[in-house]
This record gives sequence, structure tokens and C-alpha cells, in this order.
Amino acid sequence: MDRTLQSQDRYFLPRQSFQSLIDQLALQGFSCVGPTMWDGAIIFDRLDTVSQLPQGVSDRQAPGYYRLESGGDSRWFSWANGPQALKPYLFPSREVLWEGTVDENGGLSFKERLTEPEPLAVLGVRACDLAALAIHDAHFLKGPSPDAHYARRREQLFIVAVDCSHPASTCFCVSTGDGPAATRGYDIALAELDEGFIIDAGSDRGKLILDQLPLSEVNEEQLDQTRSELDAAIAGQTRALPEGPLNRILFDNLDHPRWDDVAQRCLACGNCTSVCPTCFCASENEVPSLDGLSSEHSREWSSCFTQGHSYISGHAIRPDTRTRYRQWLTHKLGSWIDQYGRSGCVGCGRCIAWCPVGIDLTEEVGAICRESGDE
Amino acid sequence: METSRSGIKPRMAVHKFASCDGCQLTFLNMGETLLQLADMVELVHFAEAGPVAPDAKVDIAFIEGSVTTEHDLERIRQIRSHSGFIVAFGACATAGGVQALRNFSDAREWLSEVYATPEYIDSLATSTPMSDHVKVDLEIWGCPPNRDQVLGAIRAWLYGTLPEQSQDKVCMECKRQHAVCVLVAKGMPCMGPVTQTGCGALCPCFGRGCYSCYGPAEALNSASLAGWFEGLGLLPEEITRQFRHVNNSAPEFRDAASNIIATDAGHGR
Repeated sequence: MDRTLQSQDRYFLPRQSFQSLIDQLALQGFSCVGPTMWDGAIIFDRLDTVSQLPQGVSDRQAPGYYRLESGGDSRWFSWANGPQALKPYLFPSREVLWEGTVDENGGLSFKERLTEPEPLAVLGVRACDLAALAIHDAHFLKGPSPDAHYARRREQLFIVAVDCSHPASTCFCVSTGDGPAATRGYDIALAELDEGFIIDAGSDRGKLILDQLPLSEVNEEQLDQTRSELDAAIAGQTRALPEGPLNRILFDNLDHPRWDDVAQRCLACGNCTSVCPTCFCASENEVPSLDGLSSEHSREWSSCFTQGHSYISGHAIRPDTRTRYRQWLTHKLGSWIDQYGRSGCVGCGRCIAWCPVGIDLTEEVGAICRESGDE
Repeated sequence: METSRSGIKPRMAVHKFASCDGCQLTFLNMGETLLQLADMVELVHFAEAGPVAPDAKVDIAFIEGSVTTEHDLERIRQIRSHSGFIVAFGACATAGGVQALRNFSDAREWLSEVYATPEYIDSLATSTPMSDHVKVDLEIWGCPPNRDQVLGAIRAWLYGTLPEQSQDKVCMECKRQHAVCVLVAKGMPCMGPVTQTGCGALCPCFGRGCYSCYGPAEALNSASLAGWFEGLGLLPEEITRQFRHVNNSAPEFRDAASNIIATDAGHGR
């Protein structure tokens, strides 16, 4: 159900009272992170006061291009996502999983290294990242061996979502069905207006916070305003994934010339997979101490664009960029559906904007579908 | 080789050739770890740290610097003959270093421009990596390599194995560090997408483009990156300079720069 069509349980929080939301989260024991401007991008960082929010900041994004502009209106969320997703908060880019030690008799012992994460509230999460979170939950938590490291962080996570009223030119969440409105998977959701926020709770924890805020009734005019902004956000999206059974189409076209074409441009640098909110590939490495008596087993973000990703039995089975790009696209948009029941793409467009040479995933998959006569 | 088994410490040497000495500092900057290392190996020759015995037989030798003189050539052949395992470390020893820029020019002309009495200088026309002259058992790239690479190599050698060496692009590490991409967000030329990691994405983390200190990554696409630089407004000379940095004579970068120059000449500039 589209939450934005319902007025019950939705309230109004005036802009001048927004600090009380941050304060309440802190009072409930959460460290709060939210959008801040850092090094020319919107980056999630520790958030104590509303003055840290990117007021009047908008973004311009295109393939291989991202710039911020200041001096806009009074709003704090008039931008589309920057490079960073929720991913680093639940699945850190590098962490030690366990360590092994040798005792004086030469015996080996192993010890798991589990962290005890602090309660964390992330403010400003967009619908695409909520969809990505659901995918990561399925990957890390379901199945016979849930990831204890992810699970511990996930239990401590509180999400304040914000409807996306300003998608970038690179966004296509409408075509993946994941945005721009936050409809599920949040504790609190916001829709921004000039004068404040329409707010509702999506969990009991969220309700507890809402009870402490100076809320008033939301009026029909305000609801109309958010509806029309969402309509504009939907209508403004120009990119889309092709319709059709991408799983079959991509695997029917493993020798398509477009793979060679994209390999001419692709740097195999892994930026797309690193900024992708659903990519979860990691490498696990042994880091022995110099004396050889102990070793840390760590995992770090890896990518299907690295040599190590397909290295088995003495050689890499995907030695070149063509096979690596093909692996990425066929998994993300194809075999992912068999694994997790949906495509691995949530339409955030990060892989397009943050590709150093501006490769557009929608264009590549579109070309394969068009030229193979499937669209 | 394992000290605990034989009871005899392996003998180690650190040799210097044409270089700035920065790679040797990777050892000296280890602090207490250097003392731990000295417990595990016998440092037979390491002039910058004290012991001098360049001709002593050793089990493992680290070589810093490039070959730039006839004397260098004699020395590295001699070192090869009395060293068990040779590690060429640093950009000079693995690719010729920044001084290999002379490979693209008339070295004698440079000598006469730089030195008042060039006749006292006796050097080769080229600066070349160790692997051009002797069998090298392991290369550690970087300007300078980091201590974890060096210690990791020694640790692996003590185990009787080779160290794991990542050839991932700097971009992978840049994103692990959550740095904002300077190419995308600032339009700044950055060599990260063609450079192997090892530095921890140091420069991008400080808002600067990568200088490619760690040399060419595997499966690199120099032509595509050079084309993107052109789109950012860089002139062919400026793009060439991106590839002609401390690893200018690494084959992949040497060829990338030559291609840019050839294409530019073809355009009749």
C-alpha cells in the first residue's frame, strides 16, 4: 500500500522542531548519522544538530559526473543520493572475522571476533536504499548460516526514511519498482515540505519516538503537496531498465558483441560495485603476524571486476574486462532473480554517476535487449 | 628457512642502487617491529642502518633502486650470484623509477644541461629495473612500498611461500576508505582506475588525484581513461604526463604514453 495516500497516522512536524527528532533519537540511546556535505558530496556522517544538514543543496548527476550546488531553498533533503549507501553501516568495508593463534605446543586455536555495535539511527534513507537493505537482509540473514557480524549491526539499526522528491538524472527507481516514496522497512518516514515534515512511524520503536515530538495534525493541502512532488519525481525519471525477462535475455546473449563494446570503455575498476547498495562480494584474507604465531582472518569489499574474484586452482576464470562486466550485469539483473527472487538493481543510479568513464548500465542492458530483438 | 626449525637465523641484505633511499626508510620506519625483525633474521648488509658487507652471501636480499651505471650492472650480477632470494622493491627497482624519464630523451643532452662538468658523470643512457638484468624472485611495487607489503613478503618467505599481492585498482581501496571520487565529483584527473593498490588510496583520501605510485594494475584500460581525461579538457601533453610519472617505464604506462603521443602526431598537431 502506498503510505502517502493515507492520512491516518501521519502527522506534521514543523521545521523549527526538527531538532527534537535528533534529540529524541539521542535520548533513546542512538548515535545519529545523517546527510552532510563533505568533499563535494552528500555523505552520511555523525549528526548532532540540524545545522549540519545540507540546507538548500541540490545535486547534478550524469554518467561519470556529480556536482553539488548551494544556495537553494530552506529544505534539507532536496538532493538525490550521494555515493554512499547504508551498506558501510551493516557490512563494513573491512573487518576482522576471527583470529588464529599457535600455542607453545604448536596447537592451533581460533577465536571469533564479534563486535558489540552501538544503537545507530540513520536519518535520510531513501526508498532505493530501503529496497537494497531488504536484499542484504535476505542475503546475510536468511539461509542456514546467517552472518553474525551483519546480524548484530542490523539489530541496532534504526531507520528514518525520507521520500525522494529530487531524483537525479541517473535515477530509475520507478522502473525497478523501488521508489521514490519510502513504503516499507523504516522506523520513521518523512516527507519534506517547505514548512516542515509529514511524519509517520513504521515500527513500535518509531511510535515511541513520535510520541515525544511536538506533532500536529497534517492537513489536506500538505498531503496534496507531497503527492504532487512525488508525481513530479516519478515523471522526471528518464532512465529505465528494459521490460522483459532479463534473466533469460542476458543469458541467451552471452556472446553478444555489446560485451566487447563495453569492455573497450570499462576500466574494471570496481567503482560500480563498491557504490552499489546491493553488491556484497568480499574477499577473505589471512594477515599473519611477523612472528608467525598468530593470524587475523579479515574480509574486505571485493568486486567481480577484480582478478581475485574468479581466481581458482591457479588461474582467473574471468581474465578480462569483457567477462567481468558480463558477470556483473548477468548476476545483478539476471541470476540474482533466481537467488533472491528479484533483480539486484534498485534503480539508485550510483553505478552510472560514479563510473569514472560514465558507463550507463541501463544503456548497456538496453542495447543487448534491442539488438537481440527482445525489446 | 624457518628460524625455529633450524635454529640458525636466515641472513638478509638490503642493497641500494639509483634511488632516493625512501624504500629503505620503509624498514627504518618500522620502529619496534624492526627489532623484532632483527631477532628473526641476521641483517648482514644494510648500509643505511649500519652493517656493511655488500659481498656477503645471504639468503634474502632486498634491492632498492634502478640500474643506471655500468658499475650498477656489475653489482647486481654479483649480488644475484651470492643471494638466495631477491626482492626488487620500490618503483625504481621494479620499473626504473622517475629517473627512467631519461629513457624517452637524449640522456647526454640532459647531463650537459644539469651538470657544470658533465665529463665526470659516467652513467648509462637508460634507467632500468632489476628484472631487465637478473632473475628477480619477487617484485614489490610502490613509491615507496608500504611496511605491510615488506613485512608480508618476509613473513611469507620465512614460511617458504610467496606473499599474496593484490593487483586491485586503487579505486577499490578508495571506496573502502569512503573517499569521494575526485574524478567524478571534481573532474580531476586521477590514475586510480589503472593503478594497483597498496598505498591505501592516500592521495584521493586527501582530495588529490592518484599519481600511480604503485604502478599498473592488472586488466587496465589506459586508452579509455586517457580518452576520458581528454573529455575533461586535458591536452595530450598533460595526459602523457599522467602516465609518465614514477612508473613511466612500466611497459603498460610506457605504451599508453607512446600511443597518446602517436595519436596526437597523427592529428597533425
